[in-house]
Amino acid sequence: MSSREQYQVPNSQGFTTGASNNDGNSGGSSVMWYTCGDCAVRVPLEKGAPIRCQKCGARVLYKERTKRMVQFEAR
Amino acid sequence: MGSSKKQTAVPVRTKVPSPEEVEKRNTVHINAETVTNVTSTDFPGFYPGEDHSWDIEKFRESVRVVFHQNDPYEAQFSLIGVDASIANAFRRIMIADIPTLAIEDIFMWNNTSVIQDEVLGHRLGLIPFTGGKEGLHNFLKWYKKGETPCDYNTVELELKVKCENNESAPADSKDPKELYHNAHVYAKDIKFVPKGRQAKYFSGENAIRPTNPDILVAKMRPGQEIDLTMHMHKGVGSDHAKFSPVATASYRLMPTITILEPILGRDAEKFQKCFPEGVIGLEKVTKEEAKKKGSGYEGHEGELKAVVLDAMRDTVSRECLRHDEFKDKVKLGRRRDHFIYLVESTGQWESDAIFLESIAHLKEKAKRFEKQVVNMVQ
Repeated sequence: MSSREQYQVPNSQGFTTGASNNDGNSGGSSVMWYTCGDCAVRVPLEKGAPIRCQKCGARVLYKERTKRMVQFEAR
Repeated sequence: MGSSKKQTAVPVRTKVPSPEEVEKRNTVHINAETVTNVTSTDFPGFYPGEDHSWDIEKFRESVRVVFHQNDPYEAQFSLIGVDASIANAFRRIMIADIPTLAIEDIFMWNNTSVIQDEVLGHRLGLIPFTGGKEGLHNFLKWYKKGETPCDYNTVELELKVKCENNESAPADSKDPKELYHNAHVYAKDIKFVPKGRQAKYFSGENAIRPTNPDILVAKMRPGQEIDLTMHMHKGVGSDHAKFSPVATASYRLMPTITILEPILGRDAEKFQKCFPEGVIGLEKVTKEEAKKKGSGYEGHEGELKAVVLDAMRDTVSRECLRHDEFKDKVKLGRRRDHFIYLVESTGQWESDAIFLESIAHLKEKAKRFEKQVVNMVQ
């Protein structure tokens, strides 16, 4: 049980563990970036802010892909 | 004492087959619906009294290599005078045993394109690369799994592309390549990152680069991004096809076409059409031929007759055997010891060098095998 990696609440750095938390856009503040499900624009969201695209008002936002490195064999 | 010596000196007479007989044994018969006489019989003990033991001097005299085409990336040549097992060994070594460099590990930092990570990784692995021969064949060494990547066993590549809207695209454009920057990701977008001594071996025209720069790797739309690092290692085709130095390495047997009875006039033209272009030619029957009795040409002077120009170009479709008028006038076959190879390189070796390398490999294998046999006997 405990050996499994457990979910951790994002801290102020934007990422919890992660070997590379060099997300150029988070800028160290509590802003998380999402992608709008309607117009695909990148939306910054503060903690507690309403989930809404600033540009088109859509209420569906997607999380961005992890910036962690994933290794593959080219086979 | 002396008499016993005389008794042992009984002369051993070895039979020598006639040239016609040798020719007959050396031909695979291709009939309308069957192929016969397919196995070779030139081994000791098959023909009583004949000497078929293998002899290096005899082999040296009989073996021949003739090049028909020798381009950097495609070669056609004949290997004459060897057994099928040897010819096949060369083919298999060329496909599976000659080392090349290929993308092996992929470190994906970001991939937001529609093509999945593992599929993209697989596609990247199959792209053939080329570069300075000296560096590829002599400087670069094998990489053992788990070893730290170094300049002499790993080549680093980078692919970093982002698709964006093209502001200066014409208003009525519908072409994604015009509308967006980097809508198509090609093999040429992969950048080589020289490390350590690699700069010496792989600079300028010797740089590691895709052999075919226009291979389409992925398609993207604005906002999508691919950012990855790749490690190339040396490997062999028996491990994965991406390491094979050849696109194709195959051989076929030399076709033979023997016209038994004259084929003349309209029939000759029809006969010519049964074969690919350049195989059968038309010639006029000469005065001397027409004079000769029993030749079949009597009274046909000036008419066209079919002659074999270049049997090598025949595909052996056997079309001519389907027509009753030719069925008994022609005999198709293949020469058992004449192998026509087609070797197509993927860029890391010159195609003729692949064949030479395969010979060196077979020699090495034989030496290794000899050692084992010696060990076994001891």
